[in-house]
Amino acid sequence: MTAALTNNPQARLPALSKTRVAQGLLGVAVLLVLTKTVLPAGLVRPPEWLVWPFADWINALFNFMRDDLGLMHVTRGFAEGVEWLLDVTANLLYGRNRWPYLGPIPWSVIAVTAGVVGYALQGWRLALLSAGTFVWIVVMGQWTWSMETLSVIVVAAPFSILFGLLIGVLGWKSRRVEKILNPILNIAQSLPHFAYMIPVVVFIGVGPKAGAIVTIIFSVPPMIRMTLLGLKKVSPEVVESGHMCGATRWQLLHSVQIPTARTDILVGVNQVIMQCLAMVVLASFIGMPGLGQKLLQLLQALKIGRSVEIGITIVLLAVMLDRCTKAWAVRQPEHFEKGTSWVVRNKFLVIWAVLVAVAFALAQVFPMLDQVKRSQALSMAKPIDAVVDWFIVLIDPVTQWLRWFLITWILIPMRDAYLYLPFSAVLALLAAIGWAIGGLRSALVCIAFFGLIAMSGWWDRAMITVYMVSFSVLLALLVGFPMGIWGARHDKRAVKVLLICDTLQTFPSFIYLIPVVMLFGVNDVAVVSAVFLFAAVPLVRYTIEGLRGVPEALIEAANMSGATQRQTLWNVRLPMALPTIMVGVNQSVMFSLFMVIIAAFIGTQDLGQEMQRALSSTDVGKGLVLGLAVAFMGLMVDHLVNRWASRRRQALGLA
Amino acid sequence: MKTQFKLFTLAAGLSLSATATFAEDSSDPIVIPTHNWSSQIVMSHVVGQIFESMGANVEYVSTDSQAVYESVRLGDVTLELEVWEGAFGNSFRAAQEKGGIVDAGDHNAITREDWWYPSWTKDACPGLPDWEALNACKAEFVTPETGENGRFLGGPVDWLKHDAERVEALDMDFTVVNAGSASALWAEVAAAEKTKRPVVIFNWTPNFVEALYPGEFVEFPKWEEGCDTDPSVGPNPDATYDCGNPANGYLKKAAWDGMEEKWPAAYKTLTEVSFTNPQIAEMAKLVDIDEMEPEEAASAWLESNEDVWKPWVAGGA
Repeated sequence: MTAALTNNPQARLPALSKTRVAQGLLGVAVLLVLTKTVLPAGLVRPPEWLVWPFADWINALFNFMRDDLGLMHVTRGFAEGVEWLLDVTANLLYGRNRWPYLGPIPWSVIAVTAGVVGYALQGWRLALLSAGTFVWIVVMGQWTWSMETLSVIVVAAPFSILFGLLIGVLGWKSRRVEKILNPILNIAQSLPHFAYMIPVVVFIGVGPKAGAIVTIIFSVPPMIRMTLLGLKKVSPEVVESGHMCGATRWQLLHSVQIPTARTDILVGVNQVIMQCLAMVVLASFIGMPGLGQKLLQLLQALKIGRSVEIGITIVLLAVMLDRCTKAWAVRQPEHFEKGTSWVVRNKFLVIWAVLVAVAFALAQVFPMLDQVKRSQALSMAKPIDAVVDWFIVLIDPVTQWLRWFLITWILIPMRDAYLYLPFSAVLALLAAIGWAIGGLRSALVCIAFFGLIAMSGWWDRAMITVYMVSFSVLLALLVGFPMGIWGARHDKRAVKVLLICDTLQTFPSFIYLIPVVMLFGVNDVAVVSAVFLFAAVPLVRYTIEGLRGVPEALIEAANMSGATQRQTLWNVRLPMALPTIMVGVNQSVMFSLFMVIIAAFIGTQDLGQEMQRALSSTDVGKGLVLGLAVAFMGLMVDHLVNRWASRRRQALGLA
Repeated sequence: MKTQFKLFTLAAGLSLSATATFAEDSSDPIVIPTHNWSSQIVMSHVVGQIFESMGANVEYVSTDSQAVYESVRLGDVTLELEVWEGAFGNSFRAAQEKGGIVDAGDHNAITREDWWYPSWTKDACPGLPDWEALNACKAEFVTPETGENGRFLGGPVDWLKHDAERVEALDMDFTVVNAGSASALWAEVAAAEKTKRPVVIFNWTPNFVEALYPGEFVEFPKWEEGCDTDPSVGPNPDATYDCGNPANGYLKKAAWDGMEEKWPAAYKTLTEVSFTNPQIAEMAKLVDIDEMEPEEAASAWLESNEDVWKPWVAGGA
């Protein structure tokens, strides 16, 4: 919101009347604030008749679906199926006592397999990364936990991919389905994770199967989107030639359209896997075993060093899977001459089979290659803990001062100001911003989203969430933007900074919460600094990508006309990169909204705290209402930024 | 609906479990929930391993400690080993009213939850543990966010501890700040320890924190029956909650109401299980201080305490 505000003047609006309307609405907003003391109560806070019992309706609907429609049996039936698969993978990967009673597979076999996959996809570097990840896991004594995690992901990811493909194809076949799908996907992708979990607990229960299902639900949307996108891009000529060969509709889809859309679909697969890893920690709240569960236990006992080790494992797994799927997406299928021997065509399969046989045999002789016990493992927890302790004591005077300064002079006044605003003034202000950016339609969109939040009955809490998010994003802009400019200076530096961004993004956010409390105590400064860390990442990333994406010719032209470096930056690069940077602002708001909900574990008085309570009392209606309130904030910002960026792109001739 | 569902799980269970046992108990796994604090996890593994020694199949699943009562009620998990009167009494009672969950008896341990401070706080405020002395040194606990008042860091709001009401009723110069999770409470203590800053937080016993940071509970006016409902009880005649929490809360076990029928022997043992405060503290210590894994800690505990648990097993001793 703040971001949209500050960028408003640069939007160079074509129609003067539009500015007039926006100014008028802004005037109304200011007037409402100034006259707050004499305003009727109904304009200060949503009056009673405006607050609708959405939560009760949702609960009634869910009870009806569960008890009267018997949907519970359907979901539980599906869950039983998933559970059967989970038992199989659990047996193979970590030897759970279930059919087929074969596992656990020796770690060396899994590491070798990963290495061969990496080599086949890209070469030595990826092979080293893939195999190295598993060696790290075993050396750090995290094998069983990691396999518990992977046993769920291995089941969840294919389901997501399959559902994503199916729904994507349906949406592509029928305009009507696509029309219904779009808003659902928008909401699904901006709903906080906890909101999904409550219905899952009710319909599925707890345990690995619930973890798998919540992961599937969470990771499906990007797959649907990428499938749709990919299929839409297939050129009519390709389809035409399929028709000419006499392909049936199924053949056309299966052998022509999907293979042509391959790259986009594989990007979707990549997204699914990333989302699965993002859920590792959160899903353990409802029974997903493995790394996430262990991480929460260790954090609870303040074992930061060992939590960081687990965090590193999650990052490594994410980086490895990301690189592998990306390599797969880029790789074009190989075609062999007729008559090439089977061994040559399947050389990687052969290499793999040989290596696996060797690994199996060696594992029989050397038990260390089969299983490694925790007591045999290494740990770097002690030095990490020592560094953390040292750091906290060292900067204690600074943090104490910062805590005092931020709370007394910025956060408390800002929070009071947000809470002081009459809700009618907030709506008028948002309408003004909407109107200035996208005319009547955007103004109505803004009012609709925030009007619904007002009607949910959680206005004050929503304003606290808005206050924390807007301050964090502002802070992230102040830091992330210059860092992005600095990072974009050289190619090598850009690569390094982007790698740090990747790492920060996949590092489990829960780990930040404890050090932040140790630094600042339980208060808004701790919350804001945890959220800020998350909000800064997309800003840095998109600033770099935006600046580096500016066409060379333009920069050359600027250089030729004798522009200094500073002039090129401010007058050519930045204006050209602004639409991309705004996408970063948009992402930053989204990330902050997710993080501020998680920061409820530090202690907040916002929507996140209520969401946490809804989860512990399994109150589906309340959880979804709160989740939707958060989603609407995100969607409003998304709408405004997209409107603004697309106009801007058109103005710059980039669209 | 319920029987249908039971049949379903039973069928699914039968088709999956090839390792049938000769005990009269069902060979379906007994599902034991674990939460995010170590004593509960170790205790779950201890009881799980006892069940296993009786020939049962046991599985562990990590769940939220409040939401678990809904799962016990539905039979998704079979039992719960640590029902704290203060923290989970409400959730347990609510689930009991809905039906499906039964009380499987109390542990020997008593629980206490109240305002607590680590020992170094006493250096700054020597009159402790008396609550009036605490109030007199409020200046030691002042923070930017609480202004002139001292800061008391309470547990998450949904633990419903009525700290704010108590501050009001006893006219204390403290402001209650609610942490969002137990981890946040410990993180505060850990940070305060590094600079020996005085803090007063919500804490309970038995708990691993006692082993890491010695401390004491603040002594409020003694709890009397009706202190929370009748204003005339307690020092302030016009307010409720003008007293400390009960110093001897129960620690209970709960079970799914189908457990007795399905695993009669295990259920019998469950009702016999009873741990004391020192035993619970030791289980926590094995993990939190000695850095054992919960499974190993449970085995180690069982090995060195056979005389404690053998009598719980029917026909054992």
